Order: sequence, then structure tokens, then C-alpha cells
Amino acid sequence: MIRKEAGIIGGGITGCAIAYHLARRGPQDVVVLERGHLTSGATGRCGAGFRHQWSTEANCLLAKHAIARLMSLAGELDFPRGLEIKTGGYLILAHTDEEAAQFKKNVALQNRLGIDSRWVSPQEAREIAPLLNTAGLVGGTFCGRDGHANPFLTTFAYARAAERLGAQVITHTEVRHIEVANGLKTVFTTGETFQTPVVVDAAGGETAAIASLVGASLPIHPVRHQILVTEPVEPALDPMVLSFHLHLYCQQTPHGSFIMGLGDPDEPPGMNINPGWRFLRDMAKKATFLLPALARVHVVRQWAGVYDMSPDSQPILDQLPQVPGFYVAAGFSGHGFMIAPLTGELMAQLILGLPTTLPMDMFSLSRFAGRPLHVEASVV
Amino acid sequence: MNKDKDTVICRCEDITLYDLKEMLSECRTLDEVKRLGRLGMGPCQGRTCLALAAQVLAREQGRSADGIVLPASRPPVVPIPLGDLAGEDTGRD
Repeated sequence: MIRKEAGIIGGGITGCAIAYHLARRGPQDVVVLERGHLTSGATGRCGAGFRHQWSTEANCLLAKHAIARLMSLAGELDFPRGLEIKTGGYLILAHTDEEAAQFKKNVALQNRLGIDSRWVSPQEAREIAPLLNTAGLVGGTFCGRDGHANPFLTTFAYARAAERLGAQVITHTEVRHIEVANGLKTVFTTGETFQTPVVVDAAGGETAAIASLVGASLPIHPVRHQILVTEPVEPALDPMVLSFHLHLYCQQTPHGSFIMGLGDPDEPPGMNINPGWRFLRDMAKKATFLLPALARVHVVRQWAGVYDMSPDSQPILDQLPQVPGFYVAAGFSGHGFMIAPLTGELMAQLILGLPTTLPMDMFSLSRFAGRPLHVEASVV
Repeated sequence: MNKDKDTVICRCEDITLYDLKEMLSECRTLDEVKRLGRLGMGPCQGRTCLALAAQVLAREQGRSADGIVLPASRPPVVPIPLGDLAGEDTGRD
């Protein structure tokens, strides 16, 4: 049995960022336990974007703080490869008057919170993204500080920095069973057994399954999302193009490839991560409608991952009331990668009893008990 | 060492034997090399590079190449233009 000050379950961006922030401020004796390789869950399957443009105050504030940190993160984490950051903005398309009305409200909220997003006409949208087909477009919103970062490199950067501070990152090791006695959690894995007063459940789509090992029931469920990538070509598209109407996002990475995905409102919950043929066809139809020049670009790979959905599409960053010392950092609902630089900090502050950068009641489990929820509308 | 820099392992992403050995100093598996350096992520999807990389990994780690796990092969296997995919419509899945 190996004694640790904290055990983090999940070697994605969230778990590695929490390990770094804990090791930096407090106990260095932290272990990250990952079932596969680092980023093998939701992080390594995500769309690699970051944006400020949200419809709820909580998500706007999370994004604003997290992205500010992300801009200087490679330096902070001493990661010379860099994080492949591109700030070409996000262009969010309105195809209906209802969407336009909602987006104008979103921009007002974002501007009030110090985010410099703006409404754009179809003509302006075309200037921002000359490849864009503006047929049927009512307008859109744009924030030039939104963009792209490489989820693999960002996670590796956090993991290496955490290790340099004394944390241990153990991959290819699965948590099987957790026993709680006298405040101590004994974590049984396919490798060693660990004993620790603090466990952080950052297991993405498996978060509820891990919490059930200590008898807790969490309102988080996984939902499959599919995505594809093309061959790299010359730079042709600056912003991420996002349409909730078409359930679509598409951006060109700094490497030159286009990454694009579709949400399927009829997708049933579950841990299915198999890619499907229908997605490839639907994605191709919608992408070549919006960005006709992409018709000649070759798709090289498609895959799927899961969003860890919460009831209001905002994260749960809290301690289980019935199991003190067992923390949850999940429910990211498709935007865990982009806010991780703040998630790591907030969770370390929460665990160490320090003042928190944002009020934590927005991210509490108790928000689901009775009060009306502020549900995030801007999710693909 | 210079020879390693002249030996190309992954033609799609310009990864040399030198680059690969450097990445293997911080990776245990080819899945990790793929995500760190894009090995096998280009238009050939690993058909050229992965078997070579598996042999190098086996040699560097003193293991048999038989036991090396290759990253998942993902559809559509052969690159297909988006326009061709969009034109496909049989009305059925």
C-alpha cells in the first residue's frame, strides 16, 4: 500500500491540470491514475477549440480566466514544444431570427463580463471567413480571442510540469475499487494500491461510474460525439465556424488540417465511442454547404468520444457531501479542455481550503436541488 | 546520429529516426508517440510508418516487435474528398 496526499483519477487535461496546481501549492505527493495513455478519453478526442462566447455567466467567467492563463501556459509550464495556439476567433452563425435574438443577449452578457465579442452581419462574416457560404445567414457573433490549442501537448505539458514538482503520473492502470474508512480512501487498481485522504474524480465520461464506487450517484452521463480530420492544406480559414442550427463546428488547425464535428440531438446516452458512417456523410454535406471549397479536401480520419453532460451543461466542481475528501471535477459537457487551466486552479484552491478565484456555488452539486437552473444554450 | 536525421520514418509528417528516438525517450507506447508528434496521422494513416516505428520501439525498449501494440486504425482508411462523401446519398444508412 502506497500512501499519497491526493489521488486523481483520470489522466486527461482536467486531472493533469489539477495535479499540477496541487503540486505547485501544497502537497507534492500527488498521484494521477489513468486507465489508458494520457489524453486517451475525452481530451484526446475533442475539437481542440477554446472560446469566450457562452450564454451563461458561469461559463463566460470560466472561459475568460482559463483562456487568459492558456495564452502564457507554455511558458508557465516550461514546455518548449509549445501548445499550437491559434487565435483566429470563433465565428458563431445565426441562421434564424430566434438565434439572432439569443446571440445578441449573449453578446450583451459577454460584453458586461469584459469579453470583446460582437454581432456581425453576413457581409462581415464573409470578410472574416471568405470561404463561407452566407446563403440563409441572418448574421453571427465573433470574438477574435477565441481559437485553437493542441489538447495532447497541453495535457502532456501539465503532466510533465506536475512530475517535475514531485507528482507521480501512472498510466495504463485502472481503478477497480475504493474503500473509505476513517476519512482515508484506499484505491485498488490493476497495479498498486494507494491510500489517500483526498480523491479527485476527473474521469470524464466515467465520472459517475467512479463515484458509484463510493456509493454516490452523480447527475452526469456520457454522450457520444463524432468528429473527423482532413489532410493538412494551406491556411484558408482563420476562425472556428460554429453553427448551433446545423449542430456543426469546423476549424483549421495551425498544422493545416480541418477538424470538424457534428452533435446529434438524438444520440442516446452511453459510453459508445465507435465512429459511424452516417456521420461521415452528414458532416460532409453540411461542411461542403457552409464551406464549399472544402469539397476537394480529403478526410483522413474519423473518430468519436463522449461529452460528460451535466443537467445545465456547466461543470460540477465540488466535494461529495456524503464522502468528505472525495472531490468531483466533471460534467464539462463538451468544454472541459478549454477551461482546464482554471479548473486546475479552482480544484486546488477548493481542496486546500484557499480563497477561490471564482465563487464555487456556481459549480456546486447543491445547485441541482430545487432552484431553477441556468442552462447553457451554446453547446453543439 | 547524422544518419538518424537523414532516415525518414514518417513521410507525411517529416518525422526522422532521430525525432522518433527522441520521442521514445518520453513515451512508452506508439499511441503516445502518435499524439506527441503526429506519427501515423497524415494521409497514409500509418501504413508506411507504423511498422517501422514498431521495430524501432521494440529495439529501443529491448522487446519483441510482436508485442508492440499499434494505434487504432480509423475510418475511412483511404483518404476521401469531402465532396465525394457529400455526394453519396442512397437514402439509407
